[in-house]
Amino acid sequence: MHATASCNATATSNATATSNATPVASPLSRRITAATRRRLLPLSALMMGSLLSAGIAQADISDGVIKIGYLADMSGTYRDLAGPGGLDALKMAVEDFGGSVNGMPIEVLSADDRNSADVGANTVRGWIDQQNVDMVAGLVASSVSIAVTRILAEQDTLGIVSGSAASSITNEHCTPNHVHWVYDTYPLAHGTAKAIVDEGGDSWFLLTADYAFGHALEGDVEKVVNENGGTIVGKVRHPFPTSDFSSYILQAQGSGAKIVGLANAGSDTVNALTTASQFGVVQAGQSLAGLLIFLNDVHALGLEVAQGLQLTTGWYWDLNDETRAWSQRYHERNERKPTMVQAGIYSSTLHYLNAVAATGSDDTATVRAKMGETPVNDMFANNGTIRADGRMVHDMYLVKVKAPSDSQGEWDVYDVIRTIPGAEAYRPLADSQCELVKG
Amino acid sequence: MTMIFGIPLMVLFGQLMLGLINGAFYALLSLGLAVIFGLLRIINFAHGAQYMLGAFAALLGAQYLGLNYWAALIVVPLVVGALGIVVERLLLRRIQHLDHLYGLLLTFGLALIFEGTLVNLFGVSGSSYPIPEALSGGFKLSFMFLPTYRAWVLVAALVVCFGVWFLIERTRLGAYLRAGTENPELVQAFGINVPLMVSLTYGLGVALAAFAGVLAAPLYPVSPTMGSSLLIVVFAVVVIGGMGSILGAILTGLAMGLIEGLTKVFYPEAANTVIFVVMVMVLMLRPAGLFGKEA
Repeated sequence: MHATASCNATATSNATATSNATPVASPLSRRITAATRRRLLPLSALMMGSLLSAGIAQADISDGVIKIGYLADMSGTYRDLAGPGGLDALKMAVEDFGGSVNGMPIEVLSADDRNSADVGANTVRGWIDQQNVDMVAGLVASSVSIAVTRILAEQDTLGIVSGSAASSITNEHCTPNHVHWVYDTYPLAHGTAKAIVDEGGDSWFLLTADYAFGHALEGDVEKVVNENGGTIVGKVRHPFPTSDFSSYILQAQGSGAKIVGLANAGSDTVNALTTASQFGVVQAGQSLAGLLIFLNDVHALGLEVAQGLQLTTGWYWDLNDETRAWSQRYHERNERKPTMVQAGIYSSTLHYLNAVAATGSDDTATVRAKMGETPVNDMFANNGTIRADGRMVHDMYLVKVKAPSDSQGEWDVYDVIRTIPGAEAYRPLADSQCELVKG
Repeated sequence: MTMIFGIPLMVLFGQLMLGLINGAFYALLSLGLAVIFGLLRIINFAHGAQYMLGAFAALLGAQYLGLNYWAALIVVPLVVGALGIVVERLLLRRIQHLDHLYGLLLTFGLALIFEGTLVNLFGVSGSSYPIPEALSGGFKLSFMFLPTYRAWVLVAALVVCFGVWFLIERTRLGAYLRAGTENPELVQAFGINVPLMVSLTYGLGVALAAFAGVLAAPLYPVSPTMGSSLLIVVFAVVVIGGMGSILGAILTGLAMGLIEGLTKVFYPEAANTVIFVVMVMVLMLRPAGLFGKEA
């Protein structure tokens, strides 16, 4: 774990903070001798005093500091869609906010969850117990997010999920403590699959990643295809991760389906598309449909391979002047354009900080309520709203990957075909299994 | 159409062809491992990283130096092989008198360093390397569309595998090498520079990995993590074939490619595990591996 907080800061806040800090007998405190303690006593009394006076002025921010913990895959398959770039987006939001809320400093911690639900859950538990973290951001692999949001609900802390795909995060796994910001499998299937079936792509062969996320996406796509009059002629569930897709591509070619749908993500999608291009899938008359593709995937594939692909995205850097301006700033710091997840992390952090500033509180329910009342209007969303189930509903975009000849630069890769209004894109509350909505 | 277990015969032929191509690839990688282990008794866990370095060197060479594919096929194995020799001279040599485990730990550590450095520099998504003009397109066979590049991979891998086997098993140099590992002091006494041979052998094994990396660059996205996923499979191949057996590595590589290919048709969910199932069975029945001599 690479927690960036200094040990001293923790010790101070634990020893002197108010109500919810539990005194822990740490090995450190045992090492402090009586003599040192005597020397430190006047100092800590002084600090107590200054904290107390701050406490009077700012009664509702529990320990005089807003701490945001950023949890994401920093080194594995999902690193490039959020990872260190997402952390920088979060830091940009903190900087743009001025580095403090109503005079209280904002501190950012970060850790690598290595796509492991255990690691993620333990890290977040430590953050809440020992560091008084107020909000957990990032959250990429769906399995990690589901585990973490359970802990957030237990410990009454706020979380903003930006990277995960599973729509269950705000459906059967919804809690009053977390918000899902950027996208989920529901609009991916409905946006892309419906558009393709409407254009006449009515027979599908699915390549599905053989784990929870792939199965969920596969289910959503099958439903959409069948509802719109198409058929699923076959499917293969491939192991996660797979590097050689040639066998599955050959099976897809043999199926005679018009559309080869990819219900997978990250390197699996990239590998499948590369292989499909080598085997001349498109030349032979079949089309490919990638259901979850990020900007970094298209960049890795290259336009030669990816051209013509239709996909649904929650955001794109080249939508309007505002997105371009922000992305330019991001580009200067990170030498690449931001993905929708990185942009979402910036947007959601600002929205959170605004709510903290407006309410003058870091109490989860208060801040969550304020975030829900305030529409999201920034470079990421236009009149986005956070529903009772935690879903941030905003417009999605059906895009098509440009041909190399139409591209003006390295990152100029999408043509926006259609803006899908938020209300149409996301699962209607009427169909929700979320306890908060049914209740 | 003739069917076998509900699969059309034509589809099956296609899958066997692909299995063979993947098998040739496994053979090439496990060959390098087998050479290094067979002759130097080093369990080279950096093999995956060296394969990845080969692919990266081809990519960066093309981007910054204008190195074309054919040149890369020769230059990259030499450069990465030379890097291997440096590693052998500076690090592996110092621990050669210790247990195999130390070599494993050292090379594993090196693999993590190579991978981590490149992840920091380039991210994990990777980049694509174009298929050379002369090898683009494909053949329309009666049972499948065979991309020319894959056919080339099959031929190139088999030729190199055969060449290495011939070098080690059938030439005088190979005989020195084998003798040098059997009894270094005695061979040294005959006036043969054993430490130099050891360095060159490690360099050869690493160069084979890099060669496989260049072959793979146009097939898969070139990314820092491309080696680590393959390494485990390749190790399983070497264990099945018998640690250190060169012919064993080649034949097992091909066979495992075929078995994996068939699994992908009949039960794709198990495609990543089937090789390990075979490994467990082989270890139970013949602990030294199919072609291994020592238990």
